[in-house]
Amino acid sequence: MSARVLVGVKRVIDYAVKIRVKPDHTGVVTDGVKHSMNPFCEIAVEEAVKLKEKKLFKEVVAVSCGPQQAQETIRTALAMGADRGIHVEVSGKDYEALGPLQVSKILAALAKKEEANLIILGKQAIDDDCNQTGQMTAALLDWPQGTFASEVTMDGEKLKVVREIDGGLETIKIKMPAVLTADLRLNTPRYATLPNIMKAKKKKITTVKPGDLGVDVSSRLEVLNVEEPPQRQAGVKVETVDDLVGKLREAGKI
Amino acid sequence: MTNPLRGEVIRLYKNLLYLGRDYPKGSTYFRERLKAAFMKNKDVTDPVKIKNLVDRGEFVIKELEAMYYLRKYRTLKKRYYEPEH
Repeated sequence: MSARVLVGVKRVIDYAVKIRVKPDHTGVVTDGVKHSMNPFCEIAVEEAVKLKEKKLFKEVVAVSCGPQQAQETIRTALAMGADRGIHVEVSGKDYEALGPLQVSKILAALAKKEEANLIILGKQAIDDDCNQTGQMTAALLDWPQGTFASEVTMDGEKLKVVREIDGGLETIKIKMPAVLTADLRLNTPRYATLPNIMKAKKKKITTVKPGDLGVDVSSRLEVLNVEEPPQRQAGVKVETVDDLVGKLREAGKI
Repeated sequence: MTNPLRGEVIRLYKNLLYLGRDYPKGSTYFRERLKAAFMKNKDVTDPVKIKNLVDRGEFVIKELEAMYYLRKYRTLKKRYYEPEH
C-alpha cells in the first residue's frame, strides 16, 4: 500500500465562459478571462482521492504544467484532497505551444522520478479536446491504459476498469502500474470550499522545469488559423402545417 | 456583549461569498443579495434563532454546490455526448 497516484490537472478557460477568438486569428482571448480546472481533471482528482480514502493508495500528487497561474489549479486539487503538488513551469511561447506530446513526456518522466503506481488524467481538456495525453503517456511508459473510465475498482492486484465506448460499456482488467483517463460518469467531484482551500495552503508545491526532467518541450505543430464556427442561421416560424409544407417545397427539400 | 456565535456567522458569510464567485448570474449579483440577506437578520440575538439561521445558510451552501455540479454535468453531457446517451 505504499503506492503513489499521480494526477494531472490542467488550467483551462472556465467551461461556462463564452469563448472569443482574437482579432488576429492566432488564438482565443485568455487575458482577464475566468480560468478553472478542466472538469475532467476534477473527476480525475476526485477518483484519486477516493482511492486514497479507500486506503488503496498512500499519496496523491497533483501535477500541472504551465505558467505561475497553474499553481492555483494545483491548490484546488490540494483542497480536494491531494497531498502535495508539482508545478512544472512552462511559460510564454513554450506554453502556447505546449500540447499532449510534451505533457505526456513530462508526466512519464515524473512518474518514473516519483515512482508512481497509477496516473489518472481527465479524458480530454475542454479547450483543445485532444484526448491524447493519457494514451501517449501510457505508450511512453509502456504501461497498460484504462481510458474513458466510468468505474474503477481493485480486483486483487489488478485494476478492473469499466470503459464508456460507442457500443456501450467495456470492462477490462489491467495490471499496475497503469494510466487511467476519467470520463464524465466516473464520480461526482467534491467542491473545493473555502475552509479546504485554507487547509491546503499548508501543503507543499514543488516547482520544476521541463529541462530538469530531461524533456524537450519544443513543438512540431504550428497553429495557422483560429476561427469561430459559422453563425447559425435564424429559424423561420410557420403558423400551419400547410405553411410548413409550402416552405419545405420552396427550399427544394421535398 | 459580543455574541459567541459571531465567529460562526462570519465564517458562514465568508464561505458563501467564496461560493458566490461561480454564481451563474455573476458574483456581484450574488454578493448584493447575500449581504442583504445577512443584514436583514443583523438584530437577532436569540442563540437558538441564530443557530437556525446558520443551519439555513449551511443548507444554502449544499444547494449551491449541487446546483453548480448539475449545471456543469448537464453542459458537458450536452457538449460531448450523443443525445441518446
